[in-house]
Amino acid sequence: MRLGFFFKEALRALSRSAAPSLAALLTILLTALVLGIFIPIVQATTGTANEVRNRVVVDVFLKSGATKQEIEDTRGALLTSPNVEKVDFISKAQALAKERKRNKEAYELLGTNPLPDSFRVTPEDPGEVNAIVDRLAPRNPEGARKPTLASVDEVRNREEETDKILNATSLVKGVTAGLALLLVLCSVALIANTIRLSIYSRRREVEVMKLVGATNWFIRWPFMIEGVIVGLFAGVLAILLLTIAKATVVDPLADRFALLAAPDTIDFPLLALLLLVCCVLVSALGSGLTLRRFLKV
Amino acid sequence: MAPLATRPAPSEQAQPRSSGVPVVEFDDVSKVYPGGHVGLERVSVKIGRGEFVFLVGPTGCGKSTCIRLLMKELEATAGDILISGHSLPEMPRRKVPRLRRNIGVVFQDYKLLPNRTVYANVAYALEVIGENRQSIRRKVPDILRLVGLSTKLHNYPDELSGGEQQRVSIARAFVNHPPLLLCDEPTGNLDPETSIGIMQLIYRINRTGTTVVVATHDKEMVDKMRRRVIELREGRVIRDQQSGLYRPDESTSEFAVRLRGELGIGVEGHPN
Repeated sequence: MRLGFFFKEALRALSRSAAPSLAALLTILLTALVLGIFIPIVQATTGTANEVRNRVVVDVFLKSGATKQEIEDTRGALLTSPNVEKVDFISKAQALAKERKRNKEAYELLGTNPLPDSFRVTPEDPGEVNAIVDRLAPRNPEGARKPTLASVDEVRNREEETDKILNATSLVKGVTAGLALLLVLCSVALIANTIRLSIYSRRREVEVMKLVGATNWFIRWPFMIEGVIVGLFAGVLAILLLTIAKATVVDPLADRFALLAAPDTIDFPLLALLLLVCCVLVSALGSGLTLRRFLKV
Repeated sequence: MAPLATRPAPSEQAQPRSSGVPVVEFDDVSKVYPGGHVGLERVSVKIGRGEFVFLVGPTGCGKSTCIRLLMKELEATAGDILISGHSLPEMPRRKVPRLRRNIGVVFQDYKLLPNRTVYANVAYALEVIGENRQSIRRKVPDILRLVGLSTKLHNYPDELSGGEQQRVSIARAFVNHPPLLLCDEPTGNLDPETSIGIMQLIYRINRTGTTVVVATHDKEMVDKMRRRVIELREGRVIRDQQSGLYRPDESTSEFAVRLRGELGIGVEGHPN
């Protein structure tokens, strides 16, 4: 019965002073839209950056003529060393097939297979790849690398390329993280201010309610319910617009741009749910919290 | 207007000071506002059940401070304020709403809720105390008929005249029959004719046994009503008189002296 009363109060406030609520609704709607677009972009960007980083590998070339037993021993040693995620064996024949694809004529001329057996080691943390190299083949005092494992001929990680990848991707990740933070801060500040204005315009009303003996929660509930309604409307509207945008713009282009089709972006239904919950929570809690200062009569 | 027959009316000549616990008691109360302005200085006053008291004095003398202290809208700096024996300074904040439900308040600026009709404004005071819908539907039209607004139930406050708005505010203050009614300049914004109507209404409420405190600078009203008058000046009680006048026994020449004195023209001729 009480809930019904509070609900009616909220609706009365909405219909009688629509302008401030409309402003709050619009602000939340726009913020939700921007976030809804930005979250997948951030995810796709960091996802792509991570993918690029995963291309950082260490090649371990074996001495020619290594026996099967030696190969297995080396594999075991590599797998047990720290920060190693994956070890792939590439046999002489596989290596040749791969290289031949790249430069057919050269290998045709060569006749024999000069390539050694090798392992491709994928690190768990690409940032620490150099440590792996140092462990497998520490530098001697003259600066030349000397492999620790007997059957290993050489350890290489295409140093220049690796450094470039690591630098670029960490820059991209840092910038997107900074932008995301900034955007969230902006959203919170914007919504907080709009809600504050909307409640400020009704502070006299709150004062009168206090003076006729209303408890704080008696005054607060209708405001919070109003917040829920406004948040719900804004959220649903934002999701609707995002759905339309996704169906008309993003989906047709997804085949052409790798970024749009990046595999580990958030699912749309989950994103929609997240936005809706955020809208409602921010709007309701924002109203409730802002009201606090006006309740001190 | 329908008679206010909800309570047996006590005799008009009640002896309030002797009737048990006073409804309002100021015990050596001082109020200093942040910034150093003194609102009240060592005020001690007792108001008994069923009394009708005028608080008079020039603007800034502490009338409104008294009212706001009684609402616990302000906290006293020193001293004790008791309402029906309950000490306000000791009252926890969560009990303030209950206190206010037992005090009707009427303001100079009416303080109606602009988004609600006359009916809803009065009903709000009952909704606050959790009254059920049936009794709200019964009580609100009754009280609005009493204040003479039965035809304006569904108007919004901005569609009413000042006098009508004040009547709504009185209806709201009295709808749950509080034992104490505080009025802060109830006629301050109204013309003399309308003021009389409002005062009549307040007086009738008093006749039902409700203690009434009216802060006012409406000289004419005070002089005609001849009730207890408490005069404040610069935060101090300078007069507390039964059946008093706004300003006692001042002849035209005395007034002239005072006028010149306050204008800074004549000799130091201040009667107070």
